[in-house]
Amino acid sequence: MTDRPESASQTAGPYVHIGCTPNFAGIEGVYPEDLGARMITGEVTGRRITLVGQVLDGTGTPLRDAMVEAWQADAAGRYAGQEGHDAHFTGFGRCPTSETDGSFRFETVMPGAVAWPKGGLQAPHVTLWIVARGINLGLHTRAYFADAPENDSDPVLGRIEHKVRIKTLMAQPEGDDVYRFNIHLQGPEETIFFDC
Amino acid sequence: MPRQKDPIMTEIPKGGYAGRQPQNHPVALHPPYRTSVKRSPQAAPISFPTTLSEETAPVFGHSMLGALDGDLLHNFGPQDQSAIGPRIIVHGRVQDQFGRPVAGALIEVWQANAGGRYRHKKEGYIAPLDPNFGGCGRVITGADGSYEFRTVLPGPYPWPNGPNDWRPAHIHFSIFGAGFAQRLITQMYFEGDPLIWRCPIVGTIADTSAVERLIAPLDMERTVPMDARAYRFDITLRGRRQTMFENRMEGL
Ligand SMILES: [Fe+3]
Repeated sequence: MTDRPESASQTAGPYVHIGCTPNFAGIEGVYPEDLGARMITGEVTGRRITLVGQVLDGTGTPLRDAMVEAWQADAAGRYAGQEGHDAHFTGFGRCPTSETDGSFRFETVMPGAVAWPKGGLQAPHVTLWIVARGINLGLHTRAYFADAPENDSDPVLGRIEHKVRIKTLMAQPEGDDVYRFNIHLQGPEETIFFDC
Repeated sequence: MPRQKDPIMTEIPKGGYAGRQPQNHPVALHPPYRTSVKRSPQAAPISFPTTLSEETAPVFGHSMLGALDGDLLHNFGPQDQSAIGPRIIVHGRVQDQFGRPVAGALIEVWQANAGGRYRHKKEGYIAPLDPNFGGCGRVITGADGSYEFRTVLPGPYPWPNGPNDWRPAHIHFSIFGAGFAQRLITQMYFEGDPLIWRCPIVGTIADTSAVERLIAPLDMERTVPMDARAYRFDITLRGRRQTMFENRMEGL
């Protein structure tokens, strides 16, 4: 049924920030604000949380030239564009990893559970997409929340054969309303990536 | 008025996105591209049918765009001054794998200047900066999936990989479709560039025809005489399967 092939991906390269977050890259005056700089734009509903982490290579070194994008539902489980979604929440965040310690950070809200196509619900999660020099096709993963009771019945987590790897998808609570989600590109703790 | 007799097709809500086909994409680990060695996942990715999380995406309206966002010749430098180098128009269509136009797609582009130099503090190439060129731009596709922007032809540049590697001239593209599953970052190359087939980054794609689809041909039809040459770059994103069709006669 495929009429034509998808265009091939190519690495975002070392200068992805010129195109995607030019203000961060020091190119000012072209766009008023970098896209995805704020996920919360007003009096948002729900529990405010911070999602932080690092992207680590196969040697455990954090990437200082990566870009992480976040896409998530609002506190009621609705995505921007869906009827009734929170008008003060974009659901989309974009963060260059820090040049000093390679960390990323999203000021957001705890997402609600999201419908599963065949009925039932998916546990609260944030879709993450990681690009950088050396990554040839953007990497798709999900940050779930380690302390969410819904995880036990999540249909995506339920499909994972190697249960020992599920912990790589769990953002860990770290102080008040802060969750840490480190992304390991390679090695014994390699994060689960999805191809859907 | 004559009665409409042709059956019309009514589309029932679409199904999930068709799976990504690995043969259309680069491999994760390609040792000639040295940075991929420690940044490539080793385990197979895990599949599941797309859900709302992958079938929705941020929507960026045309109102977000500034007047010069799609004009890299003029969106950075002082007024009345233009970026230095060969002027080009890049245009094309964004469609999905089933041939449907992708309207409202945000395309962000970035590139080196005509001398092959990026405006970036980590950039080490001796070619000079162009005071009139920032190197980023963005456009949103129209109802038919078409887009167009103006810029300078980027120069090839050397990069630290092997002892003497040069990137072919290229423009980086980031595309948002209607679903996050369509998210794509790629690079556009230019017809006739001998560096394309020597490049270790291009070499991450095993399929020659997949590389050829990233090479934009010169498009004399869209060239503006005495002003700018044109290149055409069409982009194909993943598409949603149609779950079923309903055939019915008009009026029934
Ligand atoms: Fe480049």
